[in-house]
Amino acid sequence: MTEKKWPETWQEVNPGCMVFRPGSASEYHTGSWRAKRPIWENEKCIKCGVCYIYCPEGCVTETADGFFEANLDYCKGCGICAHECWPAAIKMVNEED
Amino acid sequence: MNTAMMKNPKSIVENFDLYAPKLVSKEEFFVGGHRACQGCGESLAIRLMCKALGKDTVITNATGCMEVISSLYPTTAWNLPWIHVAFPNAAAVGSGVEAGLTALRRKGKIADRRIKSVAIGGDGGTMDIGFQALSGAMERGHDMLYVCFDNEAYMNTGIQRSSGTPFLASTTTAPAGKKIPGNQVWKKNLAEIMVSHNLPYVATATPSYPIDFMNKVKKARRVKGPSYIHCFVTCPTGWRSTSETCIKLGRLALETGIFPIYEVENGVYKLTVEIPEKRRPVEDYLKLQGRFRHLTPDQIKVIQARVDLEFKKLMNKVEHSVSWV
Amino acid sequence: MGKRVGMEVAIASAEAAALCKFDVAAVYPITPQSHVAEHLSDIVNDGRVDASFITVESEHSALSAAIGAAGTGARVVTATSSQGLIYMSEVLPIASAMRLPIVMLIANRAISGPINIWNDHSDIMPMRDTGWISFFAENGQEVVDMTIQAFKVGEDRRVMLPVNMNMDGFQLTHMVEPIIMPDQEEVDRFLPPYVPYAALHPDNIVSMGTLGLPEIYAEAQKSKDVALVNSIKVVKEVWKEWEKQFGRKYETIQSYRTEDADVALVTMGSMGETAEIAVDELRKQGVKAGLLKIKLWRPFPFDDLKKAVQGIRVLAVTDRAISFGGPGGPVCSEIRSALYDEPKRPEIVNFIIGLGGRDVQVENFMDIVRRAAKGKLSEPYEIYGVRG
Repeated sequence: MTEKKWPETWQEVNPGCMVFRPGSASEYHTGSWRAKRPIWENEKCIKCGVCYIYCPEGCVTETADGFFEANLDYCKGCGICAHECWPAAIKMVNEED
Repeated sequence: MNTAMMKNPKSIVENFDLYAPKLVSKEEFFVGGHRACQGCGESLAIRLMCKALGKDTVITNATGCMEVISSLYPTTAWNLPWIHVAFPNAAAVGSGVEAGLTALRRKGKIADRRIKSVAIGGDGGTMDIGFQALSGAMERGHDMLYVCFDNEAYMNTGIQRSSGTPFLASTTTAPAGKKIPGNQVWKKNLAEIMVSHNLPYVATATPSYPIDFMNKVKKARRVKGPSYIHCFVTCPTGWRSTSETCIKLGRLALETGIFPIYEVENGVYKLTVEIPEKRRPVEDYLKLQGRFRHLTPDQIKVIQARVDLEFKKLMNKVEHSVSWV
Repeated sequence: MGKRVGMEVAIASAEAAALCKFDVAAVYPITPQSHVAEHLSDIVNDGRVDASFITVESEHSALSAAIGAAGTGARVVTATSSQGLIYMSEVLPIASAMRLPIVMLIANRAISGPINIWNDHSDIMPMRDTGWISFFAENGQEVVDMTIQAFKVGEDRRVMLPVNMNMDGFQLTHMVEPIIMPDQEEVDRFLPPYVPYAALHPDNIVSMGTLGLPEIYAEAQKSKDVALVNSIKVVKEVWKEWEKQFGRKYETIQSYRTEDADVALVTMGSMGETAEIAVDELRKQGVKAGLLKIKLWRPFPFDDLKKAVQGIRVLAVTDRAISFGGPGGPVCSEIRSALYDEPKRPEIVNFIIGLGGRDVQVENFMDIVRRAAKGKLSEPYEIYGVRG
């Protein structure tokens, strides 16, 4: 079923406001909320994936070489990953820096 | 950071299954772009729950934070079939989903495979206004899982007190006033009430122990009948705590005994995450949260005594419960 | 061509739902609907219909479970009455907003307080603006026919709305009436299998019941309103088809001896039959009386009403509920506003009758017509027969 992203008219609103585009919330980028962002120091990283599993946005992904990075389109800068990383391989830096 | 881990890296491997996160499915059924607050423990728990459930699932969501932050028309954060109807009725709607899927499958109108109906709600939507619907759905024996995400107040409407709110916590409807210091009653133990429904599977969990939580979700999913998981989730906004301590607070809730993590399978109680022999004082947990900032040492003592008592009661069940099957 | 049976109307309504081969029934018992609940469960437990019967713990959950089941694409029936309908009220507008064609059998009963289990329309009237299609049956045959029609109308892709079928509690539900019960093959021919617009299933993922921001909410409401308003075309189409196949005619407003009528009664529900007798009696006495019977309450048949009142001098509108502090009975206020812009409109008087099961007899209707013939009442509306 096709649907327009943003309905201009009532005729374009789906019956029952049903949404047929699973996962489409990703069109909205929460990265703009962020005051701080995580930086990985891969030398310290043990590739355990704790940062991946604890991210409420699911925006930490594993790279081809087994390290991790955050998709800054979605990272809200909560700091959980840095706080939970036991070898302290992640630190939070101010957005302006 | 977990200080125990820092001091003894070896214990991490033993206690935390260090590399287990790497083995967790990379598929996301609850995607980024949702509008939950920074460091929201509930949205993390949902993300993990969905991974454990997998695709053959229908989610019924009570009104609340998770419904609001995930479903702004014309978008959805869900990669699973999802329905929201109202605040008090997620369990009832979920029971209808189960009945519908079962009938349609039996009649050959949909593919012949098991789709699990999973209903979810916050503490308000589950323990207060949705309590009757939950009791009914569980008692009727539907093949469904209900997961309560308990962040201990009506966070979506602005941190009002619920029956999940802990003793003396300050909320916007039970504030720490000059005369009355916050919530005056003890938190309702809903997991126990669900055990009293004779469910084949009841568990408590927190996303601070993600593998444990996901294993419980998988176990509950396999149960052919009603099951219930009470998932304790941090709310930095409502608890007046910092966003990065989200996971730590769940861990401290366990290590102090404030929220023990266990499962009850056919009546048998079992602790699934080890609780330290010498539990940490409750103060370690309370002091990180603004909602407890007003507590006096005497009040903390009262909380400590109650936590000790509840813990003893639980351990008694762990030691003496027997299977009914 | 169906079978003539003598059957209690409540049981007949459940039998009619069975002929529609519902997949799920979610029902909470309440007087005077309880025979519907019981008989639906008999039908399921005897295996006469392959369905799930959910013994919900409340009416709120009955409709909630019905919504969940309808969300999966199941054909769903529920039933209630009075306090139960009021208890469902939170969920009623959501069912229609979600565009799920649930069918609800309502055994109309007065609402508390004081508590009263007998018939009037005070349960459905506060629920009239929830976006459901509302049928009002006059007798057992109409209950059966309208139950089957309800599924067809609601499930039509141009409609996709829930339908409630109102039958007066006790006056209809507990009466044994002669009914022509259609046979299965006939109903199968009339009612095709339900093909949902969307269904909760991992093979085709949908999110249902999403959040409408201020930028969306008004458009969503407009969409629902247009669907409900336009459903009248489908109702009429389905009724034409019914007439063709089963030979029984249905109209949104059924006129009885109104061709040359001076005063016409307006009724909705089972009292139409008593009113008919009153009209016949009055005619014998030389009074030019007539009767309009409303069968479709929502969407309200404005155009049909305008046509039906042509030439009538006085309308004596009877209501079975009060709009407290308002203009009178809800049916009358609807009719008044419907005719307000008409260049030539009848005088309208409003009698509220039969509250909480109060008996209304032929003589009462005759009296109402005679008084209405004299024009305006001393009050905007009168609770007929009230002592004091």
